[in-house]
Amino acid sequence: MARSDLVSGNVWEQYSKKVQSRMDNPRAMGELTEEDATRLGGKLIVADFGAESCGDAVRLFWVVDTATDKIIDSKFKSFGCGTAIASSDAMAELCIGKTVDEAIHITNTEVELFLRDDDGTPAVPPQKMHCSVMAYDVIIEAAAQYKGVERSTLQNQDIICECARATKADIISAIKTYDLKTLDEIGAKTKAGTYCKSCREPGGHEEREVYLIDILNEVREEMMQTSLHEAANTTATGENAFDKMTIVQRIKAVDAVIDEFIRPMLIMDGGNMEIIDIKENLPYYDIYIRYLGACGSCASGSTGTLYAIESTLKHKVDENIRVLPV
Amino acid sequence: MEVYLDNNSTAPIDPKVKDILCKTADIFGNANVIYKQGIETRAELNKAYDVIYESLNASDDDDIVFTSSTTEGNNAVIKTFLDAFLKGSGKNHIISCVAEHSSIKSPLAYCKTFGMEVTYLGTDVNGLVSIDELKAAIRPTTALITILTASNETGAIQPIKEMATIARGAGVPFHTDGAQAIGKINVDLQDMGVDYFTWSAHKFHGPKGIGGLFIKAKAPFVPLVHGSKNVMGGKRAGSIFNNGIFAMAKAIEIANSEMNVAYIKNHIGQLRDKLEKAILAIPDTKSYIPKEHRLNNLVVASFRGIEGEAMLWDMNKNGIYISTGSSCSSESLEASAVVEALGEKVEIANATVMFALSRFTTHEEIDYVIEKLSSIVTRLRAISMTYATQQAFSVHEREE
Repeated sequence: MARSDLVSGNVWEQYSKKVQSRMDNPRAMGELTEEDATRLGGKLIVADFGAESCGDAVRLFWVVDTATDKIIDSKFKSFGCGTAIASSDAMAELCIGKTVDEAIHITNTEVELFLRDDDGTPAVPPQKMHCSVMAYDVIIEAAAQYKGVERSTLQNQDIICECARATKADIISAIKTYDLKTLDEIGAKTKAGTYCKSCREPGGHEEREVYLIDILNEVREEMMQTSLHEAANTTATGENAFDKMTIVQRIKAVDAVIDEFIRPMLIMDGGNMEIIDIKENLPYYDIYIRYLGACGSCASGSTGTLYAIESTLKHKVDENIRVLPV
Repeated sequence: MEVYLDNNSTAPIDPKVKDILCKTADIFGNANVIYKQGIETRAELNKAYDVIYESLNASDDDDIVFTSSTTEGNNAVIKTFLDAFLKGSGKNHIISCVAEHSSIKSPLAYCKTFGMEVTYLGTDVNGLVSIDELKAAIRPTTALITILTASNETGAIQPIKEMATIARGAGVPFHTDGAQAIGKINVDLQDMGVDYFTWSAHKFHGPKGIGGLFIKAKAPFVPLVHGSKNVMGGKRAGSIFNNGIFAMAKAIEIANSEMNVAYIKNHIGQLRDKLEKAILAIPDTKSYIPKEHRLNNLVVASFRGIEGEAMLWDMNKNGIYISTGSSCSSESLEASAVVEALGEKVEIANATVMFALSRFTTHEEIDYVIEKLSSIVTRLRAISMTYATQQAFSVHEREE
């Protein structure tokens, strides 16, 4: 929630002029028949996608020149809202003159860009991107028919967010590269899940097999396991930097140095010390200690001795360690 | 010409009501101060209370608490029983129905987060909740029954009096969301026999931001808004929109008058019938809910092959303003649960639009809508893929 969410319902005022004009007067609306195909000297393709239950359904007609695979003419019919009609219209028009292989690369995001009045302003509001997805799906359907192949062979099976055309690989890479921890952070980096929101988590407009939340949890778990393994492996070789260590490893590392270099001196004077806690206070690591025995009443505990302990740990463990008596 | 036919969502202010709103705008005194300005405000408030009690036939032992809206009243009623549950009443169950507005469903969902249970009764193809199902749903732990008087989307009017009798027999408090009642059907609170009744003034040509909550004498009530006890006995604290109350009294007086209810039933009902007949004369259309128990101002219709938002778009272009249950027109992309609840498939919700008339709707306006309708339907069906192919949309002959 923020200022922009406080007045809702603004859908139509966010339609670009181009979307509005295509809703009022679609240019590529209509049908193509076998007679048209014969007249134009090509092959007729009729492809359907969507269903009324989803709120959108589209039928795409192509006449394709079989010699060059070029789409000679393209028309559509659509059951749907303004966005669905305008994006189907733009999509059908964009197909004309392209080869079938080129047409496969017309995506809903490209159609949306084509429908913008200016580069910086989206042609439709975010939740309406969903209604333009089938414009892409129906092209794949038509191309599959023309080529006589399964549509799955033409489609990137890896798409998680259809509105933003973000693949699973894109999303995983973004989570790892930018250390993303929430769905909103994923949205900010990849736009995935920011349109119709179906893919974010169960309970949205459409059911999915995989949701962003699953991917996020999976990748975060994997990242944690990886860092644990790295920490374990590098400790074994004695090369691990303090900042890469787990909390247990840090305690062990600090304790080992204390045991070897500090504690014997304190015991000689009838005292001792223990580690109470290690807190990350980046860029510092604050190590809280408690003096035991004679050290507890020693005046040097907050001056000379403390300085010596801190200096030893800085030198032996990490530059950024600070030692604080409790 | 411009024709506003979304009157079940909100209705334009009646000039007579607006007149009171403007004329009393300078009456600004707190209702609870002892000096002159308080005296002025109290005099107007008492007048308004008298009119409202009289018009809705509330007993002087009952409370009418003014609120900002039906939503606020609905929340106050439901959360009264949440409060009791949390304090150990042992009553953990609320009965409601699928046709309710979000101002009932959302607070009920909230109650569930505290461990309460909710039974949503279904509606039949006529939009009605079954009395037998209601009886069967009542448990010893039922805290409240809340069933709307009439649906804004389907217009189906529930047998509230009969339901309230059943609730009383079972010792369960009964609330009805009356947002669609006043101004469309006669509201007599004593006769209805409900414990709680909620409304908003803007639904019957009053101002927005003011509504009411009827609480029958001795019915439990916990305020939603806590504050000074000086305002409505502490049942709803905070400086209320007094001028709105004065205006609402006038709006109720007009809307719930015998004259108006008869005018809606006869005259507006006839206009509605004329529109409905014209719609049904267009091939592949269907209307919903038998007229016997449908609000007299409403036509709910589906136009095969035309998506609801597309219909609204072309209507809007022609200066006609209506609403739809289509998923595309909502922020969440969810189709109307209420239309689906009619037993129809989700397809129907996506092709369904509502025409809600008001007492200000004229013959000329309806003629204009009828005239535009056929060209709009022709244009949109020419674009439609599903209409062209005569496929899908099984609504008109439902699969058994």
